[in-house]
Amino acid sequence: MQFNFTDEQEQFRAVVQRFVRDKSPTTEVRRLMQTAEGFDREVWRQLCEDLGLAGLHVPEAYGGAGFGFVEVGIVNEEMGRSLLCSPYFGSSILATSAIVHGASETQKRDLLPSLVSGKKIACLALAEASGHWNSDSIELTAAQSGRGFVLNGQKKFVLDGHTADLVIVAARQPGTSGADGIGLFVVEGTASGLERRALDTIDETRKLAELSFNEVSAQALNDSGDAVAVITRTLDDGAIALANEMVGGAQALLDSVVEYAQLRMQFGRVIGSFQAVKHKCAEILLDVELAKSAAYYAAEARAENDPDVSALASLAKATTADAYMRTAIESIQLHGGIGFTWDHDTHLWYKRAKSSEVLLDDPSYHRERYVSLQEVLA
Amino acid sequence: MSSHNENKIQNDIRTWLEENWDPDVGLIEWRNKLADSGWGVPHWPEQWLGRGLPVAMTPVVDAEFERIGAVGVAKIGIRMLAAATLLDCANDEQKSRFLRRMLTGEDTWCQLFSEPGSGSDLAGATTRADRDGGNWIINGQKLWSTSAHHAEWGLLLARTDWDAPKHQGLSFFILDMRQDGIEVQPLKQMNGHASFNQVFFTDVHVPPENLVSTIGNGWNVAMTTLAHERRGADALRRWGKVSDRSGRIYDEERAEVATVMEPYKWYPQRTGRVDLVWPRAIETDRLSDPAVRQEVAKLLMLSRTAEWTAQRARAAQADGRPQGPEGSLGKLASSHVARAAARVHTLIGGADALLKGTDGALNGIIAEILLSVPATSIAGGTDEIQRNIISERVLQMAKEPRMDGGPFRDVPKNSTRKR
Repeated sequence: MQFNFTDEQEQFRAVVQRFVRDKSPTTEVRRLMQTAEGFDREVWRQLCEDLGLAGLHVPEAYGGAGFGFVEVGIVNEEMGRSLLCSPYFGSSILATSAIVHGASETQKRDLLPSLVSGKKIACLALAEASGHWNSDSIELTAAQSGRGFVLNGQKKFVLDGHTADLVIVAARQPGTSGADGIGLFVVEGTASGLERRALDTIDETRKLAELSFNEVSAQALNDSGDAVAVITRTLDDGAIALANEMVGGAQALLDSVVEYAQLRMQFGRVIGSFQAVKHKCAEILLDVELAKSAAYYAAEARAENDPDVSALASLAKATTADAYMRTAIESIQLHGGIGFTWDHDTHLWYKRAKSSEVLLDDPSYHRERYVSLQEVLA
Repeated sequence: MSSHNENKIQNDIRTWLEENWDPDVGLIEWRNKLADSGWGVPHWPEQWLGRGLPVAMTPVVDAEFERIGAVGVAKIGIRMLAAATLLDCANDEQKSRFLRRMLTGEDTWCQLFSEPGSGSDLAGATTRADRDGGNWIINGQKLWSTSAHHAEWGLLLARTDWDAPKHQGLSFFILDMRQDGIEVQPLKQMNGHASFNQVFFTDVHVPPENLVSTIGNGWNVAMTTLAHERRGADALRRWGKVSDRSGRIYDEERAEVATVMEPYKWYPQRTGRVDLVWPRAIETDRLSDPAVRQEVAKLLMLSRTAEWTAQRARAAQADGRPQGPEGSLGKLASSHVARAAARVHTLIGGADALLKGTDGALNGIIAEILLSVPATSIAGGTDEIQRNIISERVLQMAKEPRMDGGPFRDVPKNSTRKR
């Protein structure tokens, strides 16, 4: 297990950091979060074409760069630091991972190049009204019809679901339950019978949609036949990427609160000289560094195909979500009244922390999953 | 260091041990031989009983000792801190008087720094050293001195100038513990053990040649000791290792280790013993409770991320990169881990957490955890001091205004407790 980044990885980070900082100042975040689409098409084009980030972990055979998950983690961390508004997480991580893990060779050649180039955006439609990201809670049905399938049901909390060109849908055969009868399907965003509605989200920098399927024709996404395993691997990838995104955001909050504490004067001293303030900052630093260790370790484990990767993904998701949320709460607190205003930027990260905490299931769920996986090992 | 050099060192020590090692010789006689040859502490200077080898080469030498089963110099207890301090700060006359008997184990040492009135603020010491003709006369009280009850010598931090600012009025002395006017009392801790002592001084004499460094430079000398203590803290776990071979020299070494290690026997429990959590949860069937599962997961995740954070710090160091913030966080992290572990052990134990000794879970180990964990966030720098260090040195935040400038005489302090 590698516990430090190589010089090449540090250089890669510097390139991504410069790009994201340049393209995503909070003025830009605020502009984009109020648009329906939620991202800037030109920045997305540069991100995909100039930097090649959308295909970072996609094998070279399908137009990707063939990098490992440590680099994916670096990209997500830097995007999280600057709250970049883009379909990167929904399309390039979740949907792309599902295709990489679950599609047939022909489908990969067909679908991946346009996602890698950024010409198309995909989404993963997995969770439903029950609000869980796992195979068991899927109710939307896929019934065989000739050589294809027909989908009926509803998906919710779908990242970039209202803008995606391509929808990867998790569904089950009618009459099945639990892990039985689960499959993954591909649907065009404009398919007839598919209704899409953007949801009103707490975190306006991350767009979610509700998708209603009424007799929608779909093609099965299949290679291995074990869609449950594909969904698990995809969600593990998502949890690890999101964990790295969260530590970037938490670090940005810490930097901002320490800077503020060194400027703000009360009682004739900077508030950063009060132990009540600086001890909190020390605890936040510890929290953020422990969270980084969890996120980095999980990314490294995924890059090395560690058999324990599911447990490590859950460890990382739970640890970073709690740390990010605690950091966000304390950041607003330490800023005092100004931190509660719309004009001050801290609430943008607070809301991203909240959406990251719940997305792909909350810390309690991941702690339970971690213990269950340890029991299987023991 | 080239591998050629490493091979040469390995050959040299191997040859020397083959020619000299004799398990039937007396412990002190053998260690004198080690001191003469320099192989007992090969990283010490050649002039002072060592061979001037880089510290990185000591594992090569240690491995050869282990291979042949040879006993090393006395390394356990406070004596190596004392030795490191004297090597750095003492004069040649003091080094030649004391170093050899530290290595042979003839002398044990103790540290006399903390006081009832100065814990976190160590430089606020009020134990006084006053001149009387040539001698120094010591009066006052020290606390938290491990091994003071059997030590021959002590490292003493005492105030020699009350008009100088706090840190500049301290001097550092080598104190003969076997003399009138010194009273050592065991200090019983909340976990029932008595690993430390309080030491009272009434008109105790210290000859002028026992002053280390110069008058008023005691704080810098004490800082040297503490720097070595922090560096050596990780080694504590290895201290207790003794050979199970039979022979006179092994018997003598085992007796020495048993005496010196006695105060440390509860130390593993103060970490919270995370290693026991999973087996305990299985054996008690408490993992059937969802609340327990959540708490166990929180603890295991915290403990693993703390360990990985330490590994990140070590990896950065090995790369020769500047250490990031992760390097300063270990102690605070271990306090969190210890407290969380005690809570989870309680949750798992249920009503059994009411009992200790043979009535308690795991033959009293769980109770000892619950009663020892509070030491972790205090000993070696409290969590509050750690947070000051982290916020001021890592985050570069402003220091709290201080009230202890000017002559120490005028600094507000605790009232001295009289016996």
